[in-house]
Amino acid sequence: MTDHLDDYMNAVARAMALPLEDAWRPAVRANLDVSLRLALLVDDFPLPDDAASAAVYST
Amino acid sequence: MSETPASMSAAEIAQAVSHRKLTALAATEAALSRIAAHDKVLNAFTDVTADRARAKAAAIDAAIAAGKSVGPLAGVPFAVKNLFDVQGLATRAGSKINRDLPPSPRDAELIERMEAAGAVLVGALNMGEYAYDFTGENVHDGPSRNPHDPTRMTGGSSGGSGSAVGGALVPIALGSDTNGSIRVPSSFCGTFGLKPTYGRLSRARSFPFVASLDHLGPLARSVKDLALAYDAMQGPDADDPACNVQSVEPTVPLLANDVGRLRIAIAGGYFQQNLFPEAVEAVARVAKALGATQTVELPEAARARAAAYIITTTEGAALHLDRLRKRPNDFDPAVRDRLIAGAMVPAVYVDKAQKFRRWYRAKVLELFQSVDVILAPATPCTAPKLGQVSFTLDGVELPVRPNIGIHTQPISFIGLPVVAVPVPLEPLPIGVQIIAAPWREDIALRVAYALEQMGVAAAPAPRGI
Repeated sequence: MTDHLDDYMNAVARAMALPLEDAWRPAVRANLDVSLRLALLVDDFPLPDDAASAAVYST
Repeated sequence: MSETPASMSAAEIAQAVSHRKLTALAATEAALSRIAAHDKVLNAFTDVTADRARAKAAAIDAAIAAGKSVGPLAGVPFAVKNLFDVQGLATRAGSKINRDLPPSPRDAELIERMEAAGAVLVGALNMGEYAYDFTGENVHDGPSRNPHDPTRMTGGSSGGSGSAVGGALVPIALGSDTNGSIRVPSSFCGTFGLKPTYGRLSRARSFPFVASLDHLGPLARSVKDLALAYDAMQGPDADDPACNVQSVEPTVPLLANDVGRLRIAIAGGYFQQNLFPEAVEAVARVAKALGATQTVELPEAARARAAAYIITTTEGAALHLDRLRKRPNDFDPAVRDRLIAGAMVPAVYVDKAQKFRRWYRAKVLELFQSVDVILAPATPCTAPKLGQVSFTLDGVELPVRPNIGIHTQPISFIGLPVVAVPVPLEPLPIGVQIIAAPWREDIALRVAYALEQMGVAAAPAPRGI
């Protein structure tokens, strides 16, 4: 995805009506790159199909 | 007892006020004077509520004169991170944008509970914009400054809370902790900090950041003061959907209970990496004092930190989406750029992060079948210089901002209670996390108290002001 990150950012910004000025682009790209690298670390973890989201502790 | 109200602990002030050896008004004036003298350097306060504080203090003194009960925090000055609603103030949450909000019609729930126990609110505190911060720097209000060296960071995002308590401007402050924002400033500013179990303390009428990770809690200069504040704030609240506790579990009466039979272990693996020697030394001192030799591994801690990062950036982006569209130039640019990137992270990763969170929580809870307490560093380093963007660790240059919280994030990710204890190293203090099982704040506080009694943990006198 990194190779196409600029295309992805442009498309998402348009689709979501997000502002994305040229001056901000390098920092947004750097942050998105970090987020996606960390997301892939999460994605790599095998979870069963019936895994549920975390719940709040109860007393 | 210490000589002046400004140097007294909350417990000492409350005792003196309730026994008519000190008036609440005198305790309040002492705090206001200290704020006036030192906040120009520390920049901890964004609002000083002097008139309100004097009126509240006078009411407490009148109640005492009338023989009425005034509560365990009688006359104790305290302040709150400026994401807590304070009646009459716009809840700025460290931002420029929120200053346009109407004044809050009512105090945050935790302020009401502190004042019901006799405490006196003296102001609101500086913080990183919208709590998306580990540094304590703020482009709108200027940085809060470290009370031990004003050229250094307080840590964030509860930077003003750490500065105000570390600088002894007030004995107690309230902060919030989503990924480490109580524990990091506690570490850098040399204070005790409690991040309770997720859902323990009400967040009603505070400005959120990441609802599924947000906690509120106190910072103080002693464990007893921390416990006094915590006990005063406990209890269910229908206005916070996560705050579903059924009972109040006072901890002050338990503080001196023996900790000798507690099973205490040191977090290994991930938590022994990416540390400066000071952080290693602090954990070693605490472990030695407690006789802890066993090491436990929190499984997949790096992945837990990654999942916390993803949930944070996406939930934060969702919260601010409308503001990003309408007022992007009124954000701190660094916060704006992180939030815009967060809005672009595909939802499938957020879902997987939440599901992984459940798996990780179950695995970590298994550890608590064989241990009662886990020790871990609070921060990888002592307070960096203000504006510092990188540090070199093991020959590798790393960015400061995202790495400050790497040891706190995997813990708050699953809502475990933690007391950050300050280890008074020279020249700067650094914190250690005392981590307990869900709902066992009492155990973490007991261990912190034992360390304080042994002299291993202590809030050092501020040397920078």
